[in-house]
Amino acid sequence: MRKVAIIGTGMTKVDKHWKKSLKELFGQAGIEALNQTNSPAIDALIVGNMCASDLSDQNNIGALLADHLGFVPNTAYRVEAACGSGGAAFLAAYSAVASGMYDVVMTGGVEKLTDGVGGNTTLSLGKAADAEYELFYGSSFVSINAMIMRYYMKHYGVPREAFADFSVLMHRNGSRNALAQLPFEITRETVLDSDMISDPITLFDCAPVGDGAAALILCPLEDAKKYSDDFIEVAGIAGATDTVDIASRESLLTFKSTVTAADRAYKMARISTADVDIAEIHDTFTITGVLSLEDLGFCERGKFHKMMMNGAFEPGGIVAVNPSGGLKSRGHPVGATGAYQIAELFLQLTGRAGKMQVPDASVGVAQNIGGSGSSTYVTVLRRV
Amino acid sequence: MSVPRYWREIPRRSRLETVKCSECGTISYPPRARCGKCGSSKFENYKLPEKGELMTFTVVRTPPKGFEKMPPYIIGVVKLEDGTLITSQITDVAPEEVNVNMKVEAVFRKVVEDGDSGIIQYAIKFRPVIK
Repeated sequence: MRKVAIIGTGMTKVDKHWKKSLKELFGQAGIEALNQTNSPAIDALIVGNMCASDLSDQNNIGALLADHLGFVPNTAYRVEAACGSGGAAFLAAYSAVASGMYDVVMTGGVEKLTDGVGGNTTLSLGKAADAEYELFYGSSFVSINAMIMRYYMKHYGVPREAFADFSVLMHRNGSRNALAQLPFEITRETVLDSDMISDPITLFDCAPVGDGAAALILCPLEDAKKYSDDFIEVAGIAGATDTVDIASRESLLTFKSTVTAADRAYKMARISTADVDIAEIHDTFTITGVLSLEDLGFCERGKFHKMMMNGAFEPGGIVAVNPSGGLKSRGHPVGATGAYQIAELFLQLTGRAGKMQVPDASVGVAQNIGGSGSSTYVTVLRRV
Repeated sequence: MSVPRYWREIPRRSRLETVKCSECGTISYPPRARCGKCGSSKFENYKLPEKGELMTFTVVRTPPKGFEKMPPYIIGVVKLEDGTLITSQITDVAPEEVNVNMKVEAVFRKVVEDGDSGIIQYAIKFRPVIK
């Protein structure tokens, strides 16, 4: 297997992009990534997306975007793993370059949630869950995570307010991110007083609905200098699965797919959690963020609140968590989120993260979840 | 919801019928092609118990499409007497009175109607045990 590098990235602001279509959003991110490099010929395009067939009446995203970006006749396809689509597409692109099948691959993700009308967006996102044994009963994606959150709170005796403080930290980080959908600070009361969606999850426990696209260009590490002065090594990468329906699991207190993927990715990169400077974690809901911190090995189980209030998850602490603002504040353009996380780490590790910059960062971890922990993709990036 | 899609799940969702691994005895709900524990593909039919206790729940205030008329309604994970977990609706109890560890039992109820002319979907829900 060849070593693989990221040589360029592009991201749109996460927003309600009423005037832009799916392909225009990815086109913008793709051109930006090409412009960061000397615009090498792209051998393949592998893109993550979850909801286009439901919300934009569009399948066949690969060819559509290859055409839009002028990559015809080269291969192009879409990868779908619910909210993990971006991470899954990145894994496929990594494998394609590492194996020698292709030399220069563009990957990334795009999502156009605001093309959905009425309750269609909620319904489409819910399809990450088991259609026959969860959605059938009127579960939404939120309600499944709400059940996990209630169980966690009771099991560890963690008060509801502790989760609100997680949102506060994410918004403080995101207020420094020019591409964030919700770049403003909030207070604990903002979370506690916001609308109840599915007890105990309120609106400000949830990532917002938004559109966005992120693109990344990969090539063999040994060729990276040919295309760009700034490149980063993909040092470790793994995907793992768990049951789709949460009732089939041994425990509701962990996402085993994250534990497995992290273990494999850390081993591949020959690192331990102590080596990680920055983590972009998948906080669809505050409970998802907390479980992710624990499953990635950054936090003792049930103890996140005290650690968080002592600065453990900020620069200078155990690990800088979501300097981008995470899904909560940067936003969660579902199938693009995994690509955003990796693109943000790329900017951090090349020292171009502006106001978000974590000093002296050399190792970053991105963790992208599909469904309520049914699949997870963990990627370790290292400065070379 | 298409009729065949609804109809073929009736044994599970209306009668709590599922499978048990013939090799290691692991109960699988819903049924699977291979046992997640031992890898065997030999299963025998198994009827789940109808009583258990509520492990966790949520009260849905913002519903998905199709359930607009229902909120607030309760979705829960029930731990049945044999240890099997099952997701379903919790019924016959007010949202403010439901609590974790509550003893519940299976009851056959309507879940939702597909508009004015679609099928009426039924399934087992769980209600507090009537003593």
